[in-house]
Amino acid sequence: MIAYIMCFVLFLVGLYGVITKRNLVKIAVSLSIMEISVFLFFALLGYIDGGVAPIVDPADPARVYVDPLPQALVLTAIVIGLATTSMLMAIIIRLYRKYGTFDIREIKNLRG
Amino acid sequence: MEVAVSIITGLMILGALYAIHAKDLLSSVIACGIVGYSLVICFLLLKAPDLAIVQIVVDTITLIIMVAVVLDSSREELFLKPDTQGYVTTLTGVFLLAIFLYFFVISVQSLDILGKGSLRMAEQYINGAAQKTGSANLVTGVVFDFRGYDTMGEAVVLVTAVLGVLTILRIKGKK
Repeated sequence: MIAYIMCFVLFLVGLYGVITKRNLVKIAVSLSIMEISVFLFFALLGYIDGGVAPIVDPADPARVYVDPLPQALVLTAIVIGLATTSMLMAIIIRLYRKYGTFDIREIKNLRG
Repeated sequence: MEVAVSIITGLMILGALYAIHAKDLLSSVIACGIVGYSLVICFLLLKAPDLAIVQIVVDTITLIIMVAVVLDSSREELFLKPDTQGYVTTLTGVFLLAIFLYFFVISVQSLDILGKGSLRMAEQYINGAAQKTGSANLVTGVVFDFRGYDTMGEAVVLVTAVLGVLTILRIKGKK
């Protein structure tokens, strides 16, 4: 239960960064923090007390394994996270070369 | 186990707060690396070695990309102009916090206690998976066999992202 709550707090910290910061790099960092909290939450969901890593040992069929399904989902999500982060950083570096700043209030077309 | 994971998550929260508040963007990016590498330790504690390996590689690559972007710039988080729309930000934050808190309470009540979950869903994947897929590693069996189409979609997304990055970095902007 405590671990779930800490995970949620980590998510909220990332959300706070996305909402309050006006610097594009800080926003990208906050987004990846939110991503990381979700990965941790999934890994927590699959954990079983006394379980071992899900690698089959034919010599000992009575073992308890942790749930492999959330791990497979997170494996996909981590790689997708890398793709989105690199895309984000490419857009950020283009914006920096055009406007010379990371501040989204200074960038004309992103002003909210 | 839960205590250890909670302590490391607490350190991750501290690292995240520092990453958000650091004045130098390089420190901010490296503090984000702290969060990522702590996640590797959590994965090892939670018996997920495949995830730990992938997370180390991915986090290193992310860190390299971010450091490259930051070193290419002036690195400072520039002057802070007074924010005329600060109340809008505060209201949005409180609103989102309320929504997320509501759904978090609902969903946590429906979850099992940590570590006491059942393998009801995963039994189909675990029982006889080694014979069905020929892979001793159950995670590999799920990713590349039972959910092979998912993995194909993931590969498509990766190719699209690489093409997007190349396109974005190559085009010439209008002055």
